[in-house]
Amino acid sequence: MNLFQSHLLSWILFIPTGGAIILLLLPSRRIGLIRWFAFLASSASFGVALVLWSKFDPSAAGFQFSERWDWYPDIHASYHLGVDGISLMMVLLTTFLTPLALLASFNNTEKVKPYFALFLLLETGMLGVFLSLDLLLFFVFWEVGLVPMYFLINQWGSANRNYASLKFILYTMGGSLGLLLAIQMMGVVAGTFDLSELLIKWPDMQEAMLFGLSTQTVKGIAFWAFVIAFAVKVPIWPFHTWLPDAHTEAPTAGSMVLAGVLLKLGAYGFLRLVLPLFPAESQQYGGALAALATLAIVFGALGAWGQNDFKRLVAYSSINHMGFVILGIAVAALAAGSQHAVIATNGAVLQMITHGLSSAGMFFLVGVIYDRTHTRNLKDFGGLWRLVPIYGSVLLFTAMASLGLPGFGGFVSEFLVIRGAWPVIMLATAISAVGLFFTGAYILKAVRLVLHGPLNTRWTHTLSEINTRELIVISPLMILMLVIGVWPAWLVGIINQAVNAWF
Amino acid sequence: MQTATLVWLIPLPPALAFFLIAIFTYRKRALSHWLALIGAGLSWLFSMVVFFRAIRSTDLGEHPLVASIPWLPLGEGWLRIGIHVDPLTVVTLFFVAWTVLMIFIYSVGYHNFGQPQGDHDIAGLPPHGASVQDALGQVHIVPSVEPMYSRFFAFIALFAFGMFTLVVTDNLLVLYMAWEIMGLCSYLLIGFWYARPSARDAAVKAFMTTRVGDMFMLLGLAALYSLTGTLSYREILSNEVVLETLAQAASPLLGLSWAGLIGLLLFAGTIGKSAQFPLHVWLPDAMEGPTPVSAMIHAATMVSAGIYLAARFFPLLSAGWLPGESLTPPMFWMAAIGSFTALFAATIAVAQNDIKRVLAYSTISQLGYMVAALGVGAYTAAVFHLVTHAFFKALLFLGSGSVIHGMEHGVLHSGEKIDPQDMMNMGGLRKKMPVTFWSFAAGGLALSGFPLISSGFWSKDEILSGAFGGGYIVIFVLLASAALLTAFYTMRQVTLTFLGAPRTLSANHAVESRRVMTLPLLVLSVFAIALGWVGIPDHFPGLGGVIPNWFGEFVGEMAAAHGPESYSLTPLFTSIAVSIGGLLLGWWTYRKVEAGDKDPLERGLGVLFRILRNKYYMDELYHFIFVRPTQWLAETFTSRWIDRVLLDGIVEGIGKLAFGLGRIFSRWIDLPIITGAGDRLSEGLRDLGGRMRQMQSGKVQQYLILTTLFTFMLGAVLFYLFILA
Repeated sequence: MNLFQSHLLSWILFIPTGGAIILLLLPSRRIGLIRWFAFLASSASFGVALVLWSKFDPSAAGFQFSERWDWYPDIHASYHLGVDGISLMMVLLTTFLTPLALLASFNNTEKVKPYFALFLLLETGMLGVFLSLDLLLFFVFWEVGLVPMYFLINQWGSANRNYASLKFILYTMGGSLGLLLAIQMMGVVAGTFDLSELLIKWPDMQEAMLFGLSTQTVKGIAFWAFVIAFAVKVPIWPFHTWLPDAHTEAPTAGSMVLAGVLLKLGAYGFLRLVLPLFPAESQQYGGALAALATLAIVFGALGAWGQNDFKRLVAYSSINHMGFVILGIAVAALAAGSQHAVIATNGAVLQMITHGLSSAGMFFLVGVIYDRTHTRNLKDFGGLWRLVPIYGSVLLFTAMASLGLPGFGGFVSEFLVIRGAWPVIMLATAISAVGLFFTGAYILKAVRLVLHGPLNTRWTHTLSEINTRELIVISPLMILMLVIGVWPAWLVGIINQAVNAWF
Repeated sequence: MQTATLVWLIPLPPALAFFLIAIFTYRKRALSHWLALIGAGLSWLFSMVVFFRAIRSTDLGEHPLVASIPWLPLGEGWLRIGIHVDPLTVVTLFFVAWTVLMIFIYSVGYHNFGQPQGDHDIAGLPPHGASVQDALGQVHIVPSVEPMYSRFFAFIALFAFGMFTLVVTDNLLVLYMAWEIMGLCSYLLIGFWYARPSARDAAVKAFMTTRVGDMFMLLGLAALYSLTGTLSYREILSNEVVLETLAQAASPLLGLSWAGLIGLLLFAGTIGKSAQFPLHVWLPDAMEGPTPVSAMIHAATMVSAGIYLAARFFPLLSAGWLPGESLTPPMFWMAAIGSFTALFAATIAVAQNDIKRVLAYSTISQLGYMVAALGVGAYTAAVFHLVTHAFFKALLFLGSGSVIHGMEHGVLHSGEKIDPQDMMNMGGLRKKMPVTFWSFAAGGLALSGFPLISSGFWSKDEILSGAFGGGYIVIFVLLASAALLTAFYTMRQVTLTFLGAPRTLSANHAVESRRVMTLPLLVLSVFAIALGWVGIPDHFPGLGGVIPNWFGEFVGEMAAAHGPESYSLTPLFTSIAVSIGGLLLGWWTYRKVEAGDKDPLERGLGVLFRILRNKYYMDELYHFIFVRPTQWLAETFTSRWIDRVLLDGIVEGIGKLAFGLGRIFSRWIDLPIITGAGDRLSEGLRDLGGRMRQMQSGKVQQYLILTTLFTFMLGAVLFYLFILA
């Protein structure tokens, strides 16, 4: 018990890995067993995350449940984990979404064992990023999350999967190359990879010289390397074009996790590393970040509106919604320390959660209809609400949550970002509101073409209603989206205290 | 129960009804409508209790009933949400509760509860009728029950929840949330028969058009919140210091004060929601929904919400203004847009043939009156008109629904292929549907402001006198002309629908609607006639002071300083003249229309009539200058040019470059040097290995010789290194 309680984070982190290893030993033909085992392994991780939440003290500043062991003592890298309110939220989101994504994959019959094993490895990778307090460890998990995703798209994706998976891995690899260099630079200059030490040393470091480069240059290089790596992951316009392809070709559960969690790694990187380690640079370039966020919001929405592929439309919506996260982060960069920054950051973190829920839900629902019709072309649908009333209502519900309708969590987060951003960057906020208008346009376009209008008789006898398993996947998402929208305090309370302490 | 507790409870029953119907009872029609009715009934009951308690309390305007709970932690404080009951809340609650309940009851009949299921009815389309065999073996086609009956009640219950929440809340954020929830409901209900392309498109249009206003409103909300640190009405609107500061502080835009800028942003929300020019285009199309929805959206709730917002924020919109001085920018625009819309919409209404469309344009026009009234500072008059209009417009819409219902019955009977909503196909319904006729007439008189015995007269008269008394003659003339047209098209409608002889077989076979539909009409008629008597101005010749001006005193508290000061008989006579004149003119023009006749106005007006009939071609214009370019922006510019060509081009260019570099490397460096060297190295090793193999002969003597030799050589080397050196 003691081993359990004192190493909660490691348990959360490595239960999926352990599950993956055991999974590999199970007989390949027992598909049912493999599925359930994978589901239970990730659920166990969620269970421990809930225990973590119950023991978490939101009012305490700093990191809790820290674990630290030497890892590479010679280069001062250690296995250092810890959570604060922000990473707790991300851990909960990850461990909550992964079992649902696994449950959503129960209809996969192709190469079942490697599929579920990769998924569990992916979960460890994502969790590791949120839990690491050591830059080298952070980087290792960052890469660990990348590889399973590549294979998930490449092996279980649809027609154009080779192109999409290659684009995905090259884009993100391109980003992480700089990340690795920057982390090494910082490690060499500061003599440690430990985040808690770096936070004290790095921002005010005056003699950060390396290879004869000035402090300014070293910091500048590190800053931009970080920014680009995270910008690709979020993705911030104009680094976003890998996303529609990757999403569209990925299997349903892959898209759910990709949109639900993987994109948040980038935003989390901004919050955890860029803003605290580079306050001066962040402030200097915050305006540019705000401009890119605005472009992401507007062009993301317009891009989504311009699609006729259902999944691609939802993929573009992620660019639009993540733009609000970045807008909030830009405010935090520009007006660090002010109440506006706190409110905007609250909004950004909450938006990470609400977008995680709604985009996972939307991708899942696209998958549900794709499984039955084998088409994603919006023009092939039409009037389906009559055939599948429950699916239609669920889709409408989720689409409205994605739209940011008041009453759903997305509204609270977008409102907070806009409220925080308005006094700091008025013009960008006003233009973002235009983006919000187009958010409505593309959501209604999808609903209109799928559910409304005259029935496309092609599906009259072939389309079946959403089944129980699928309802079990979507229901928790729907309930959470609504609950957060009606009563956000239980989440924002934690986020708010963490943000206040962190910045 | 404590009044505050009751107010908290008001919005909840319909919300509960919505969830229960949506999750559990969607297959059970009776259960669903009972849930909705009980929900609306409880809300009505709570509202009435609150109403009667409120009107007995003194100085509610000065000391509103407030209560709040912390909702969202932000930075160092909390955003609190709660309830706020002052005279404006109370009177709004009164008309919302009544109209909502009446509409709910009416809907049971409108959707043909108790009728058989249709022969070919499908979800997503209006019912087409069912054939039944009577005792004699004859087959009749009778109206059939709505296939999505339960869904309808779920949606309108959610709608009622939105409206009640909007009225009782104490802050702008929750108001905005309720506002958007109603936007969703109107989208769902306009597109209720979603399989019809026209309904589907109208729903999207309504949602998107109002969203234009909502986005401005959201910015105004953010601005207000960041400047004042609160969104509570009490802390902003009842606080002279805050208002003063906002009115003084300069905003970065167009030389406006912050109060002016926020006021305009919030007013943009009103323009969208209350369908004012230039965002009015969605409302006529919203007629695609079932008629109770039209009554719900166009009378009782959603469009009223826009006026309610403007009235609620009147202290902010008019911050820094005193009667007699020049208007603040928000007030100026309200006066201008409101009066223009009033006249503009009235001219379109004149040329419409669809019974519901006429009413839709009249709604836009009447909302224009209220906006204009607020613009010239006639606060009480605006609120009064909001209340009376809600009742008589709900009545007119429900009446038109009853007419359509009767006509549909006739169409089923006669088998004619005609539009049952086209007034040209009606005529003579007075005798077929007497209850509908008399109640519709009561509503029509109220709409046209018929003197003394209609509620609309009293409220409209006050608006006119407010505009005149304040010296805004242009506004006064616009509104008076609109009033003339209103009376004219109302009488046109009544004459074409009810008077004369039936122009079609269907009209001849129309029957009166069921009691469950006519009863709400009668209840609403009482309000349409009598409600005006609670607000007779004290200086009204003959009647003033005999009946106390309860409304003026009660609501007037809200804006003590902002009443019209002087009183003149000019607006009174104008209002009587335009009302009676318009009615007579309408009757005179349309009294003899026969089947197949052209509209008499068409002969008189020619091209102008065609322009009016086509609503000044606004839809076409908007499509051309807004919809098409943004579609191009989305599909061609963003998706194709920016993403596909430019960005992907760069990415793939880099990819190709890397690939090309790789090929160069592989051809000129890898192949000759690395591979070549590697190959040679491996070949060399293989040869060496081959030669070495020969040494392993398996002969012990040979090994021994080699070992000795090797040891000797090693010894020689060591000797050389360590001893000699």
